[in-house]
Amino acid sequence: MRRFPTLPVALALLAVALVLPFMMTGFRLFQFTQVFIYAIALLGLNILTGFNGQISLGHGAFYAVGAYASAIMMDRWSVPFLLTLPVAGLLCLVVGFLFGIPALRLEGLYLALATFALALAVPQILKYFEHWTGGSQGIVLSKPDPPVFLGRADAPLGLKLTPDQWLYFVTLAVLVVLFVLAANLLAGRTGRALVAIRDNAIAAQAMGVNNALYKSLTFGVSAAYTGVAGALSAGAVAYVAPDTFNVFLSITFLVGIVIGGLASIAGALFGAFFIQFVPNWAQEISKAAPWAIYGIFLIVFMYVMPRGIAGFLRLAWVRLARARAGTPARA
Amino acid sequence: MEILFQQIVSGLATGGIYGSLALALVMIYQATDVVNYAQGEMAMFSTYLAWTMLNAGLPYWLTFFATLAIAFVGGLVIERVIIRPVENAPILTIVIVCIGLLVILNSVAGWIYSYIQKPFPSPFPERPIKIGNVVFGAHDLGAIGVTLVVLAFLYVFFRFTTLGLAMRAAAQNPSSSRLCGIRVGWMLALGWGLAAMVGAVAGMMVAPKVFLDPNMMAGILIYAFASATLGGFTSPGGAVVGGLIVGVFENIVGTYIPFIGTELKLTVALALILIVLVVKPSGLFGRAAVHRV
Repeated sequence: MRRFPTLPVALALLAVALVLPFMMTGFRLFQFTQVFIYAIALLGLNILTGFNGQISLGHGAFYAVGAYASAIMMDRWSVPFLLTLPVAGLLCLVVGFLFGIPALRLEGLYLALATFALALAVPQILKYFEHWTGGSQGIVLSKPDPPVFLGRADAPLGLKLTPDQWLYFVTLAVLVVLFVLAANLLAGRTGRALVAIRDNAIAAQAMGVNNALYKSLTFGVSAAYTGVAGALSAGAVAYVAPDTFNVFLSITFLVGIVIGGLASIAGALFGAFFIQFVPNWAQEISKAAPWAIYGIFLIVFMYVMPRGIAGFLRLAWVRLARARAGTPARA
Repeated sequence: MEILFQQIVSGLATGGIYGSLALALVMIYQATDVVNYAQGEMAMFSTYLAWTMLNAGLPYWLTFFATLAIAFVGGLVIERVIIRPVENAPILTIVIVCIGLLVILNSVAGWIYSYIQKPFPSPFPERPIKIGNVVFGAHDLGAIGVTLVVLAFLYVFFRFTTLGLAMRAAAQNPSSSRLCGIRVGWMLALGWGLAAMVGAVAGMMVAPKVFLDPNMMAGILIYAFASATLGGFTSPGGAVVGGLIVGVFENIVGTYIPFIGTELKLTVALALILIVLVVKPSGLFGRAAVHRV
């Protein structure tokens, strides 16, 4: 059976993504930037929950830490936007690692519980440190400008970029780098260790995997991904406010990885498209409709497509390839 | 000193509500190994149903018992239809299904009743009750009373009836119970029904204090989690005691430690959950979990 041509497909999609910002403007472009940001956050959560089996219902917290770190740096100290991204990532790596240490003692349901409490408490904590976070008013930022040589009329190759296009390309670049890193990380020894811990922690330990180290590091890496996504969103939205980082943001991330596909890298992209565009369509029915639809999707997917869209496509590809090869298709 | 007394009594009142919701969580956890994240939203939804009936002009106590009946049936149906197919699935699946249930109930309530806060009546007189120099809210005392009645009812039910015994057996050892002729599946469903009923009581008792809106139970649920964790997820009595402790603790901390006040209430609950889980994961009264490899 032929393997799925991952690399050519990925390159083709990348080519499309590179042309896209010259064909659409304004809000539509912003939506695609947002999709990529979500994809990064979802990949972070998927590394933790999908691959490593540690349930987090509170990843909105790390998204918030990243967003606020970036916003405060830009607002207070006029740090350039690009520089805030790695700093936010590192900060979340440390915060996630530290949260991961007590989380080691919590398994399954209890970890879900602790992170759920974290998700609920985030807006309050943000409002409490008013001096730094601007309280419930939040922080209003100005949209980061493209570097001078790309913003000028006589930019090289005629590539004069608007701030929206610039943000899009920055997000796309970060997305590609982080996805390649994740793919490499998960394809090798580390990835196998993560999955082994998820499937049978004791057996993994017996095989020489350092469970404690791997689990807390995974928490850190996962938080770093989500934190970078948060920092990107602070730039893209140009505004951070505590009530946008409520428990429903964390649940949205959960919806994203379940729909996209647990333990799948490509699933993060599918999930991101879902959580960006489906609520928009559903909103036309009623303000409450997106969440009703999310809920129904969550339950139905768990019953009929537990590996999400990515799992469904994989299955479809296998069937198709078998049918072509002339052997009878079997599930 | 009077302030301290008042804070303790009002803490016991909210603590009783946390305790009942925690009890509902523990009942479901013991029966089906599921932590029901939708417990708060189920209670919220029942309270909205009660609000509808009250608005239609039904008397309070008739509404109260009608709501309990509806909540019971609702909980039973949810277990049979939604939870049952994933009963033996991995934890992640069950958590996701419960979260799905949570957002569905939350948004359907918002859809039907809008997100505007509504006042919810208390069955108790508005006039505060004065004992000596200390003034108590009548609703606080009433809520404590109602909670105690519910607990007594549950205790008698589980301790002295055959059905209660069968339910305990089904939760403790499903396969042996099945061999004795107990219909384990139905016992678990009954457990969900009873838990939904206890939750509905908590919802109707807390709504006069916090106003009725689709998100009203989020804060209460996290406190109920804290109570159940503190008391131990394997101990029904512990959940109630945990609730009372947490309620009093919350009030006293809010009054006497100025930098916490009301602004960090949820963070206090988070800290409490984390500390208990790290220091003594089985809680004050729970059994330590033993895994068979």
